[in-house]
Amino acid sequence: MVEFRYRSDEVTEQPSVTLDAFLDQSNATAVRLEPDDDARALIPFLDRLTLIEVAFPKYRDGRGYSAARILREAGYQGELRAQGDVLVDQIAFMRRCGFDSFAPEASLNPEAVARALSNYDHVYQKAADAAVPIWKLRHG
Amino acid sequence: MYKYDNYDQAIVDARVADFRDQVKRRIAGEITEDQFKPLRLMNGLYLQLHAYMLRVAIPYGTLDSTQMRMLAHIARKYDRDYGHFTTRQNIQYNWIKLEECADILEELATVEMHAIQTSGNCIRNISSDQYAGAAADEVVDPRPWAELLRQWSTFHPEFSYLPRKFKIAVIASSEDRAAMRLHDIGLELIRQDGELGARVFVGGGMGRTPMIAPEINPFVKADDLLSYLEACLRVYNRYGRRDNIYKARIKILIHEIGADEYRRQVAEEFAHVKTLGIDPPLAELERISAFFAPPAYDASDVEPDRSDPDFAVWLDQNVKPHKQAGYAIVNISLKPIGGIPGDATSAQIDVMADLAEKYSFDELRVTHAQNIVLPYVAKRDLYAVWQGLRDAELADANLDLISDIIACPGLDYCSLANARSIPVAQKIATRFADMDRQRDLGELKLKISGCINACGHHHAGHIGILGVDRKGVENYQLTFGGSGAEDVSIGKIIGPGFDEDGVVDAVEKATEVYKALRQGNERFIDTYRRVGMNPFKEAIYG
Repeated sequence: MVEFRYRSDEVTEQPSVTLDAFLDQSNATAVRLEPDDDARALIPFLDRLTLIEVAFPKYRDGRGYSAARILREAGYQGELRAQGDVLVDQIAFMRRCGFDSFAPEASLNPEAVARALSNYDHVYQKAADAAVPIWKLRHG
Repeated sequence: MYKYDNYDQAIVDARVADFRDQVKRRIAGEITEDQFKPLRLMNGLYLQLHAYMLRVAIPYGTLDSTQMRMLAHIARKYDRDYGHFTTRQNIQYNWIKLEECADILEELATVEMHAIQTSGNCIRNISSDQYAGAAADEVVDPRPWAELLRQWSTFHPEFSYLPRKFKIAVIASSEDRAAMRLHDIGLELIRQDGELGARVFVGGGMGRTPMIAPEINPFVKADDLLSYLEACLRVYNRYGRRDNIYKARIKILIHEIGADEYRRQVAEEFAHVKTLGIDPPLAELERISAFFAPPAYDASDVEPDRSDPDFAVWLDQNVKPHKQAGYAIVNISLKPIGGIPGDATSAQIDVMADLAEKYSFDELRVTHAQNIVLPYVAKRDLYAVWQGLRDAELADANLDLISDIIACPGLDYCSLANARSIPVAQKIATRFADMDRQRDLGELKLKISGCINACGHHHAGHIGILGVDRKGVENYQLTFGGSGAEDVSIGKIIGPGFDEDGVVDAVEKATEVYKALRQGNERFIDTYRRVGMNPFKEAIYG
């Protein structure tokens, strides 16, 4: 269940299909990536996708962070959802990698999430979000 | 030395508040130990055999006297009056109370220090050459580059849940004092056609499968470096093994797909990443470099008076040439005979801070061999420095000799260990306590690990000792022929293991073989490489 969403558009109603199923058919507009899936396989189809759900079966498995950035770097504008073992202390990194909705298996405290997202005013590196890296602030 | 600006300070301060909140939730029982573990591990806090251990980052091993005194203060106030300097140029405190952790971090933050990413499957503290800025043979001071990497890797959103921990070393000399090619990424700064850049080695490491990093790129330009490293890390994050913790380091990925295929994948990823504008302008490297400008040298080139024989021995063994005439590099051994390698008391840490402030332009370094360096000592001051060290029992003249042992904490502290390391180190040092004997044996790097994870760098020891558990009994395997220097190599096991006293005897027999067979100025490792393992095996097992 989507607990946190940082987009203003409508939630897509269509259930997501697996990457294989999507590549086989597909008029689907929602797809789910497992950690083993290559996010780049979706690049030719990004225009018609409204939801990409990235699975985190274990929080320790960080492949989804790269998947998210790759999709955003390729210009994907639709909803990018982290689903699974998503913990409060990972949400800020996930937002920076381009995720804009979260469906954690274990429900998270909204206050704790808000705090986690506002803890740090600045970041050192450029990523998939709008944050301006410190080196750029230093040098204009 | 680098100084934080408001941005750097704000990030470290925010981390303290963040961690205070996490500890509070843990103590209140709002989160379980399982949920707390990834949080404390991102902050260098380990639950060991007897207590919490806190590892504090010393970026590229450089610190000033104020920071050094803070390390003493923390040892005194929150621990048992000592600290342990590590092979990654950090310091560990072994007897920490969870409820005091946030206070410690808050005190550290007042002197621009932290424990960020000193553990966890993320990019760890960037290590470097302890002689940076002082070595005659360096192309450029590697520390500004290390600081650039420190900032880039701090809270990196994509690379904080890698398959396994990730260690980067930066050097800028052909002589390798940082075991650069035994890191996940090793960078050697070089100048090519007048332009600065880095030779990039990827996939080295020790652990249970030791590997020497192959060269992946002969020259990456300064303003491409972060993009190139992002590409290296992204390929690893996506394709590094996650099915088996023992096969999860990047060395295994590169070994399995081959250096050529990895290089190809990185090149492809780099071509894409370079378009994203993630590289800071060279002005940022210049801004950082300004902090590392040479100190205001003013001493004339006078040779010290060698009439005190103890001083003369120390001078010959622990003091190294400097790039500036009139100056020298002083190595402070943390390996007293019978002591614990890398340990220093609060009082000793304070003495080293005082000497640095008075005689070394306020700067100290921690070495991967668990010693301390005063990088900028005027030759006219060497005798005063030595006297100060001697009075604090810090003047052991055994740098790079057989008693200058690298050892992990082993089963005395570590929850991963199979065997004790410290008592073996103590026994070997005691056996070879005679200085003339040690000096006759010359450079002999002996390294001890208490388990296969190899934190004591045994693979890189001219003589390496690995403690294993054999049916409930501590057993020690011997390896010969390793090196972490520019002649990098992995040691080979010579035969069946020994008990604690047996391994000390075997080491002694090996030194006898060396003495009998050495030619000219050969070091132990040179003789071993020339004659091979057999003469040693015969003497030890025959």
